[in-house]
Amino acid sequence: MIDSDEALTEPVLEVDGLRTHFFTKAGVVKAVDDVSFTVGRGEVLGLVGESGSGKSMTGYSLMGLIDPPGRIVDGSIILDGIALRTLTPEQQRHMRGNRIAMIFQDPMMTLNPVLRIDVQMIEAVLAHKHVTREVARARAREALVKVGIASPDERLQAYPHQFSGGMRQRVAIAIALLNRPDLIIADEPTTALDVTIQGQILYEIQKLTRETGTALIWITHDLSVVAGLADRVCVMYAGRIVEQGSCEEVLAHPAHPYTQGLLDSVPANNERGQRLKQIPGMTPSLLDLPPGCPFRERCSYADAECEVSPEMRPAGGPGQSVRCFHPLVPVHS
Amino acid sequence: MTADVSALVELKGVSKRFVKSLDLAAKIGNRFGAGMKEEVVHAVDNVNLVVAPGEVVGLVGESGCGKSTLGRMTVGLLPLSSGERFWQGESLAGQDAGTARRQQLKMQMIFQDPYASLNPRMRVLDIVGEAPVAHGIIRGTQQVEYVGLMLNRVGLDPTLMRRYPHQFSGGQRARIGIARALAVKPQFLVCDESVAALDVSIQAQVLNLFMELKGALNLTYLFISHDLGVVKYISDRVVVMYLGRVVESAPSAELFAQPNHPYTQALLAEAGKVTPAKRTFVPIKGEIPSPLDPPSGCHFHPRCPHAMTKCREAVPPLIEIAPGQMSACFLNTP
Repeated sequence: MIDSDEALTEPVLEVDGLRTHFFTKAGVVKAVDDVSFTVGRGEVLGLVGESGSGKSMTGYSLMGLIDPPGRIVDGSIILDGIALRTLTPEQQRHMRGNRIAMIFQDPMMTLNPVLRIDVQMIEAVLAHKHVTREVARARAREALVKVGIASPDERLQAYPHQFSGGMRQRVAIAIALLNRPDLIIADEPTTALDVTIQGQILYEIQKLTRETGTALIWITHDLSVVAGLADRVCVMYAGRIVEQGSCEEVLAHPAHPYTQGLLDSVPANNERGQRLKQIPGMTPSLLDLPPGCPFRERCSYADAECEVSPEMRPAGGPGQSVRCFHPLVPVHS
Repeated sequence: MTADVSALVELKGVSKRFVKSLDLAAKIGNRFGAGMKEEVVHAVDNVNLVVAPGEVVGLVGESGCGKSTLGRMTVGLLPLSSGERFWQGESLAGQDAGTARRQQLKMQMIFQDPYASLNPRMRVLDIVGEAPVAHGIIRGTQQVEYVGLMLNRVGLDPTLMRRYPHQFSGGQRARIGIARALAVKPQFLVCDESVAALDVSIQAQVLNLFMELKGALNLTYLFISHDLGVVKYISDRVVVMYLGRVVESAPSAELFAQPNHPYTQALLAEAGKVTPAKRTFVPIKGEIPSPLDPPSGCHFHPRCPHAMTKCREAVPPLIEIAPGQMSACFLNTP
């Protein structure tokens, strides 16, 4: 794995000012609102947030998978020098599964139940590469071995229902790896799995990013997974990144009151028998969100200043920045 | 059978078998010597469980280990295939219908999915107020007032009682589920993954509510969860299940400080800690076996790093290895 300083010098993905809005009858839902971040080669970026924070929609926006009434209204997405938003749909299709791949949450839904694994995998190779079926098959087998599937030749002949949940997720990861993409977006891939199986998947992922140098965006609500896996973390709230920085800095010295609140709410961080520290209230509706900091209603530091929306500014450790007027760590001018 | 009188709820040697009986084609096939057998799942296999008054017992395990089935049997939602159930030392088997009905009210269940466990066509007023009226705890005319009281207790605004479940958020629905269980004045609650579907910040609010209610109403909980962080925080005692059997049971502090069974050790190793330290994930080998065809002897032996020949042949007994700590592993009996 490349350390974060080196990764910053050579980003494989640069997202700047991304805005994805949904134009519904009830109003405009700003699911992703001014999101900017970079991911370096071989780097693991954890995208953390609660449900409705826009973390999955950020992933879908990068893949170009936003359906109407949703639309990317602003911002740029640059993958290895290619501006993804300027591409035609056909060119975008050529990027998906080839240069940029996604692993979805539910391994039961991602695989076609009526096609054998080999058919699905070979199809994915042939869609992007001019190779023979034999070469494609060999590559599919190689990918299965990489994700730790025993007896790959027999497994290629099997249908998805013959696999367990953990194995299906391994197959989904193998498919994402097939064309050796520059970037993999993983949307809560271990949420549906048991702890011991989740451990196995995380082990494989960690090994793969180390070996192949593929950049990885790991979308999750589970701070403990991010703590062990990610190099850098972006914390999202109500469609915005409220804090980003190295995993160590953000989790040990959170700058945003929301990050602090999230960490305090984790039962493992609390004394038994003591009241859990909780964030009051609930996530605001993204429909016609009032201006200003979206967290101010739940924040104990909020004052009149928070009525206007804060900008991202550097604070705390190197590479750490926060979108808050009252950060919990010193701000750099 | 004699029961522990000091216990509020006790299960003795309970088992649950789900049998898929032969269909017509298989029966005809058997006439011609096809030799088809009934499929039997031992969801829960000879489990003993004691819950003392005022105690919070955490029940931990991965999917398919039988923890939800055990929870449902504890409150009487599922009949026992074998074994016996006691309430304050009295057997619950063979009671007359009236007693059983009154008894049942003292044990309530809070379900996992706050979306699926509330009837979408009923207003909160009816969801919470139906049972206490039906059981004669309150009169029909008192319903509105009573439901308002219940909603206040779980931190919901009573003016919302004429709304339908879809008008509430996940955390609010979890609270409605809790209010419904509390409305019949139970002493014992089984919470089946009651906070699993909630976001971390909402989960903290609901866990705090559980602890407040425990103090205010003198409740006893059986808290079923796969999340070790939650269980560690809330439980006095923890019971670990694997494929239908209890493999370890110990006071919370001891279990998390010194896990004895290799499966518990593996679970604790995988349980995430929110400490910002990059760690190398070391997986346990293998999949969770199918309960249709569990491994012989100790169910965990194919995945266990310490497995011996003995583990394949015999079931290790659950024995006391330290005061209050029980473990089912041959490593403890050389």
